[in-house]
Amino acid sequence: MVPAAELRSYYDRPVIKAPVWTWEIPWYFFVGGLAGASAVLAAGARIAGQGRLARSARLAAGAATVVSPALLVADLGRPARFHHMLRVFKPTSPMSMGTWVLTTFGPAAVGSAALAELRWLPGLQRVAEGVAAALGPGMATYTAVLFADTAVPVWHEARRDLPAVFAGSAAASAGALAAITTPPRHAGPARRLTLLGSALELGAAEVMRHRLGDLGEPYEQGDAGRFARASRLLTAAGGMLVALAGRRGRLPAAVGGTLVLAGSVCQRWAVYRAGFASAADPRYVVGQQRARLRARAGAPG
Amino acid sequence: MTAAVDVPEGRRTLPLAAPGYEPPQPRMAFFTDTTVCIGCKACEVACKEWNDIPETPFAWTGESYDNTSALGANTWRHVAFIEQRLPQITREAQEGRFAAPGDERVDLAGVGTSGLAGDPGAGSPGDVGSPAGGDIRWLMSSDVCKHCTTAACLDVCPTGALFKTEFATVVVQPDVCNGCGYCVPACPYGVIDRRPDDGRVWKCTLCYDRLKVGAEPACAKACPTDSINVGTLEAMTTMARERLDEVVAAGVPGAQLYGEPGGNGHGVDGTGALFLLLDDPEVYGLPPDPIATTKHLPSMWRAAAVAGGLLLAAVAAACTGGRR
Ligand code: SF4
Ligand code: SF4
Repeated sequence: MVPAAELRSYYDRPVIKAPVWTWEIPWYFFVGGLAGASAVLAAGARIAGQGRLARSARLAAGAATVVSPALLVADLGRPARFHHMLRVFKPTSPMSMGTWVLTTFGPAAVGSAALAELRWLPGLQRVAEGVAAALGPGMATYTAVLFADTAVPVWHEARRDLPAVFAGSAAASAGALAAITTPPRHAGPARRLTLLGSALELGAAEVMRHRLGDLGEPYEQGDAGRFARASRLLTAAGGMLVALAGRRGRLPAAVGGTLVLAGSVCQRWAVYRAGFASAADPRYVVGQQRARLRARAGAPG
Repeated sequence: MTAAVDVPEGRRTLPLAAPGYEPPQPRMAFFTDTTVCIGCKACEVACKEWNDIPETPFAWTGESYDNTSALGANTWRHVAFIEQRLPQITREAQEGRFAAPGDERVDLAGVGTSGLAGDPGAGSPGDVGSPAGGDIRWLMSSDVCKHCTTAACLDVCPTGALFKTEFATVVVQPDVCNGCGYCVPACPYGVIDRRPDDGRVWKCTLCYDRLKVGAEPACAKACPTDSINVGTLEAMTTMARERLDEVVAAGVPGAQLYGEPGGNGHGVDGTGALFLLLDDPEVYGLPPDPIATTKHLPSMWRAAAVAGGLLLAAVAAACTGGRR
């Protein structure tokens, strides 16, 4: 990256526009990830014969799914036109793909939870559960592609790593919520998922920042930096607590699980805010492009 | 240079009966020759008038004559003003007037009003002469949507509000856009933006309505120096290259074309808006190497598939190994 002193810009003004999205988006990324990973956990627990855990996860997926579209619609400039998303199926648009994933996943996850609670139509319930589980990973990761497919340097240049960060964060949050809502003796898989998810989230975020190099600076400064540090701390502490003390009682599971959930929320906020900082500063946009041009010209540096 | 608009005469409606367009429309494009721009902002005003764009809150920026600052939902043409010390370093250095040889990166903060008092606009803005007291050059450039060949804004739009017209320009349909805002950070040039009060996004249409009836866009029509030209992409490319040769032959330093498919329009496969600039693009607030990020979608989805697989694996691992 070009040092600030050498870099030229137009009165230091941004070259690209920062997103116009508001708080609903990072919250949706969290809630949608939670829903997706919970749906996978529900199916996994059911296959493993862990009915109590499956129920917790199913309910979590259903509840999170109900919140998701509300957040998305609220963020639109014209909320009453949300259904315009449904007039096209557009593979070049991650948001269009996400819309269709959510449109299919939503009824499946909610239906699966409702039918299971009501003990109606067990055949259909299983189909719904299967559909939700199949789309769960998509729910947890498409949002990373959505961010990565923008001109925002800190998002686009993290395109290889962002999905793993979100997948880890989603897995950790689903495990944590299930560990909170399930009696400890049934919650072993949830605790293990919390630990695995937290490890994936922390590891992938580390790799991402490392590979971003100078472009990753927003993760160390300002709002994004605070969220990133909080996320690391909360996820690590909560993950350890759930894994080590979660089986001893509901209190440690609840405390640890809450920390992990908070860490997952902070992770999305860190990524979200870092994007704004990255878009606002022409140093990142121009610097990265100049570096690319130099690399293409084969010049050293 | 008269702007040529090669639209078939007399065709005023879409040929609904015919499949496709017969004969196919040539691609239309802007060529903005910044070397002759005098910074009058007639294009900004004409664009606002013709397209009925709401006013922009006014503020003194202190950034030369530019109080518009950037393209946005309510600014579809933006005239940039750049004040620079002369890049004729060697001669000036020989005369012992200022700047050491090699000291090309000039501190703009050092350009004060004393420089301006010499009226750098006395010649054309590209003038690099050295009139008394005027040791700076003044660059002006009218910026606009690039109407990219591969337009990221269009690619990511989940409603289909953004579309390519028969002139291969990129236009938003205001009755379709639901203000999801995805196009805003997707545009590598920072062009398209949302109107807060309206909720939808807006940008230059290359005067779609005017092109349809064979009229040239309002900005080009109003431009008194023919800095803004409109015609087929082919014609504009030829015009731009010829003009570049002229300017280079005249010894103006820093001249370069912006937006050609092989050059800095590489990452968007060329644009429908060419510019002749007198310095690096970033000096005008333009990205030096923009890309349509949708080109990387396959690798992004692959990364998402791997991550989704990791999620499945984590759940599988967690669920095998008993209740505890
Ligand atoms: S990506 Fe930007 S510059 Fe290109 S057509 Fe869309 S709004 Fe215009
Ligand atoms: S804001 Fe409108 S034009 Fe832009 S991507 Fe969304 S629906 Fe399309």
